[in-house]
Amino acid sequence: METGLQRILLKVHIKVRQASYLGRYLALASLGFALPATAEESLSIEDLGLTPVVERREVKIAGIDTEDFEVGISGGLFSVEDFESNPIAIAHLTYHVTEDFFVQARFAQSKLGESSFDRLSGGAQLLGSEDRDINFYDLSLGINVFPGEAFIWDRWAVNSSFYLVGGVGATQFAGSDRFTVNGGVGYRLIANDFLSFNFQVRDHVFDTEITGSKKATHNIELGAGFSIFF
Amino acid sequence: MIKTLLLFRAAFFAVFFALFFALTAEAQSESGDEASQLLVTEVQVTEPYIELHTGPGRGYPVFHVVAGGDNIRILKRRTNWFLIETNTRRPVSGWARHRDMRMTATSLEDDGSATYAGFSDYDRSNPAKWRWTIAGGDFSRAAAISTALAYRLTPNVAVQLEATQILGEFSDGKMLNASIQHYPFPAWRISPYFQLGAGVLQTEPGATLVQAKDRIDNTLLVGGGMNVFLGRRFNFFLDFRRHTVLTSRDDNEEIDEWKLGFNVSF
Repeated sequence: METGLQRILLKVHIKVRQASYLGRYLALASLGFALPATAEESLSIEDLGLTPVVERREVKIAGIDTEDFEVGISGGLFSVEDFESNPIAIAHLTYHVTEDFFVQARFAQSKLGESSFDRLSGGAQLLGSEDRDINFYDLSLGINVFPGEAFIWDRWAVNSSFYLVGGVGATQFAGSDRFTVNGGVGYRLIANDFLSFNFQVRDHVFDTEITGSKKATHNIELGAGFSIFF
Repeated sequence: MIKTLLLFRAAFFAVFFALFFALTAEAQSESGDEASQLLVTEVQVTEPYIELHTGPGRGYPVFHVVAGGDNIRILKRRTNWFLIETNTRRPVSGWARHRDMRMTATSLEDDGSATYAGFSDYDRSNPAKWRWTIAGGDFSRAAAISTALAYRLTPNVAVQLEATQILGEFSDGKMLNASIQHYPFPAWRISPYFQLGAGVLQTEPGATLVQAKDRIDNTLLVGGGMNVFLGRRFNFFLDFRRHTVLTSRDDNEEIDEWKLGFNVSF
């Protein structure tokens, strides 16, 4: 395919060809014969009395509704090492940079369950009820690796993409914030121009010292939800 | 002594910035010819054809072809894809690539000449106005996570508001900064920048420390960094800052912060 510039040059070239050879000789003559043999090439369009007809204009991009942001909620299970698995609620804001990359900010809330200490201690609780609220935020970068269609029986074909996502954040529980690295995979089903559904699994890695010595823990989040583009 | 040093440093940077400001403002006025803008939602296909995909991405199949000469209506845009609708009795809508849309015309004359709709995109020398930043790094041996929103006043100068959470072994902190950043060479693929700012730092010592309580201090910062562009609206960066924490003690505290992160512009 020719580019816009090539197109313009082609048009000008045709117009120049259309101006008869007589016209060119007259123009040459008017410049005098003393010029070297390359004079013909140095002639500009204006010398031949022509003006380019193609005008390049810009479409104001702001006039088009751009929908690169996605906002959504999801729910699922959050497994915290030593503290069972509990329901989790997550809200996210995603910005799609290109068809391949996106950045995402999320906020989530869950509860901690009973640890084995709580059960075996005979009444003494490791954490108070306030300290059992757990919430986290994370800031992540994602990449759509396998965009394509998913087929549901013979009847439906749905656009989808499999994505990898990872980032950093902080997890707050038991009275302190913990630096958290997260990473995972997800699958997005795109229902129509503004609605999509997603399923994902993410691992949250942070240090904790609640049960004695300090250790790194892996905490798995499983979730499903929907989001809207705007 | 430290106060004098600080004043000296502030004065030095003020002069430095003023100089750069003046230089770039001049460069800007020279290149100020803006392309005539036209607001259109209906354009004509001048390519032999345009392919329509079922979704905004290369992985989604082509299901329809719009022939050259046909009119199309633009409904919305997502990343580099446009949702369009054919101007036919039974309209078909689908997603077309930015590359194809660049070759559509807003008007076609009888003699065959056309006015092209150049769907311009942002580039490094004409960046988008807003920028969202996500970064992680080291704040005096503690982990730091930050997010920021910046607004470009000119291609060379941006103002930024940034929130940082600091998670250390002995104490945690939260910091809010406002800064002004200068990009002497915004069109370079690897583009350096300088920054000056001020903010507040809240320090919360860990529970294991005795005799410590929450503090809120004002801070000043100087620093710089390097943007590495991977796309028109996406870049990675490496950032260094020296924070001067104006404590209530006799001496101010100087803290170095290193960060790695990415920016998206919109």
